[in-house]
Amino acid sequence: MKVIIDQIEMSSNEDITILELCRKAGIELPTFCYHPEISIFGACRMCVVEVQNGNWKGVVPACSTKVADGMVVQTNSPQIRKMRKMIVELMLASHDQQCTTCPKSGDCQLQRVATQLGVTDVRFKQMPCEVPRDYSSDAITRDPSKCVLCGNCVRVCGEVQAVGTLDFAFRGAKSLVGPGFGKGLGEFENGCVSCGQCVKICPVGALTPKHHIEEVWNVIHDEKKTVVVQVAPAVRVALAEYFGKPSGTVATGAMITALRRIGFAKVFDTCYAADVTVVEEGNEFLARRKAGNTKPMFTSCCSAWVKYAEQNYPELLPNLSSCRSPQQMFGALCKEQLPQIMGIKRENLVVVSVMPCTAKKTEAARDELKGDVDIVITTNELALMMKEIGITPENFDNLQSGDFDAPYGSASGGAVIFGKAGGVSEAVLRYIAESENKGGAKSVKALSDSKDGVKVSEISTGGNTLKLAAVSGLANAKKLVDSIKAGEVHYDLIEVMACAGGCVNGGGQPIAPVTDNAAANRTEGLGSCDKSSSACVSCENAELKSYEDLGHDKAHKILHTKYQDSKVTLEKLVQNAK
Amino acid sequence: MCAKIVENTINLDAVQGIIDKYPERKTSDLIAILGEIQNEYSYLPEEAMIYVAAALELTPGKVFGVATFYAHFTLEPKGKYVIKVCDGTACHVKKSGDIIKMMEQELGLGGDKITSDDMLFTMQAVACVGACGIAPVVLVNEDVYGSTDVDKMRELIQKIKKEEGAA
Ligand code: FES
Repeated sequence: MKVIIDQIEMSSNEDITILELCRKAGIELPTFCYHPEISIFGACRMCVVEVQNGNWKGVVPACSTKVADGMVVQTNSPQIRKMRKMIVELMLASHDQQCTTCPKSGDCQLQRVATQLGVTDVRFKQMPCEVPRDYSSDAITRDPSKCVLCGNCVRVCGEVQAVGTLDFAFRGAKSLVGPGFGKGLGEFENGCVSCGQCVKICPVGALTPKHHIEEVWNVIHDEKKTVVVQVAPAVRVALAEYFGKPSGTVATGAMITALRRIGFAKVFDTCYAADVTVVEEGNEFLARRKAGNTKPMFTSCCSAWVKYAEQNYPELLPNLSSCRSPQQMFGALCKEQLPQIMGIKRENLVVVSVMPCTAKKTEAARDELKGDVDIVITTNELALMMKEIGITPENFDNLQSGDFDAPYGSASGGAVIFGKAGGVSEAVLRYIAESENKGGAKSVKALSDSKDGVKVSEISTGGNTLKLAAVSGLANAKKLVDSIKAGEVHYDLIEVMACAGGCVNGGGQPIAPVTDNAAANRTEGLGSCDKSSSACVSCENAELKSYEDLGHDKAHKILHTKYQDSKVTLEKLVQNAK
Repeated sequence: MCAKIVENTINLDAVQGIIDKYPERKTSDLIAILGEIQNEYSYLPEEAMIYVAAALELTPGKVFGVATFYAHFTLEPKGKYVIKVCDGTACHVKKSGDIIKMMEQELGLGGDKITSDDMLFTMQAVACVGACGIAPVVLVNEDVYGSTDVDKMRELIQKIKKEEGAA
């Protein structure tokens, strides 16, 4: 079929939307409510275009209108220009317009579109939503006065994550997005899992990672404190995006130097704890099998998944590995060993972690884990701190390459790939293969894609075949768990990552343009880190001795955890009412 | 704009009784269930909505969204006497505005405050109730007062107050 877009003749055989065809024609339309990862909503009307199709002529939203043969599309007619400006002005009128103090400033779609369309003043009275900012969650800050009601967060929360905490309430001029009942995100015990996918999809500053930057500066500037930092694998392949580099750029060395410049006494690698996790979890898995426990075991590295399981599948909690996540193992190891190694008092040691993830903030604050990791910041916050000390896109390349500090500075390739979907399983596979016969880890391949965000693999060990699955995205996980419960499929070990694609796509990561395949590029970055690691399998990590020094009992005590059933049932509600 | 969090707990057995009338517990039963709950309590108590959410396997946010979308539902407890003053075109022309003003003064209401502190009266101006022939019209619970005026209505309110020992 032939379609003319702004005098450009396009031909298309596909059943696609006007927006997609415009993109192919090299025309980027302004949008708010369109995002390729979620359903099409067609609500913001930002993408309107003028269409002539035979005798019919009119204005349609490009994101939700399919192309048809003979269509003539105008994206920049006088009428369209007028309408778009009006839409932006109306949005700005119901927005608080406090750009200079907004955490999203410079990275905001509303700012971008207003500039792109040359909106220089707003003719309407400013009437932003007066619901106050919601600081109740440890992970996410919600500011309804900045919300443009595009509904992206509502759809990602419901469709992609099967959580559904965020929803629309009220109507018309009073419309509001939130968890309902006038409550905050952190006020429903069984609601938000803090995955931060809403943060990643919010075009404005209505949902942002909760910042803990001041807390970090305060301890760094406190002379009594010794502040150490651990950095998760997915941070190193995303951080450079904030300094103008393409997604997937590996910036480990520059990142370490920047962290030292910020003032951390030691810079450690969370990958070290990931290696410990593989050993602990691998052994737990083998022990469970030996004990004849044939039920599947689920990984527990992802704290958003853990919370999701606690609130939806309490019956599966015994199947969750009792291993703490690498972040928490790391915190526990530091608090246990560093005071002696560094000759400092335990109460003066502060452990900060840099994570690609907002849920890690909530995890560190859990009652049973509190105190091991003191402050969690996201990749996003680290970039802001770096900018604060004068690192810019222009001088970023001048940062010399640094190395992680001992005793938690070395990592195997198996640990680095924890940051991608399927990485934990692959690392465990390597560990099992290596335990079977020396050198076996080298022959382990990455898990292969199945469907619905599931990757699978098999390995034979001790005459048995072990089946592994790795799933990412909580709606995908729900589907998989439900089919396991129904007995339709069978796996021995199941890795679950709440965010589609794994930690590389976490809620604390940079927000890449939708046209950039950022998660895939960052995954590739991790792959190159894996290849350049001196050790392939976790048990070959040269520093594992510090962990082994703990001894079995101590290790079990500080590296494992318990879960709690937090599902809301009718019985519990009746009980509470009495 | 936020729902008032109501402290007094409600009897969830009654809510369960309503839900039991919808054995399939379909999402599409939600509006009907909320309607019955409102008939029972005169408003939608928060605990009842949370309970319905759990029973229908919906998120609390979804139920809250539906409850706040429809003007028919109310999240605030109402007074014993719910007064609806018609302010449709015909009633408006016949000075329903004066009746509303009088009631606000008598009952200490105004703005977002539609229920008196003693929980005796709730007064709302409503759109046409379909009885223009007897404008202006006021409904007090199920009773209809047609062709009324400010004085008659003031008398009625004072009478109710007296009966309730509130005067
Ligand atoms: S982007 Fe098309 S209507 Fe919002």
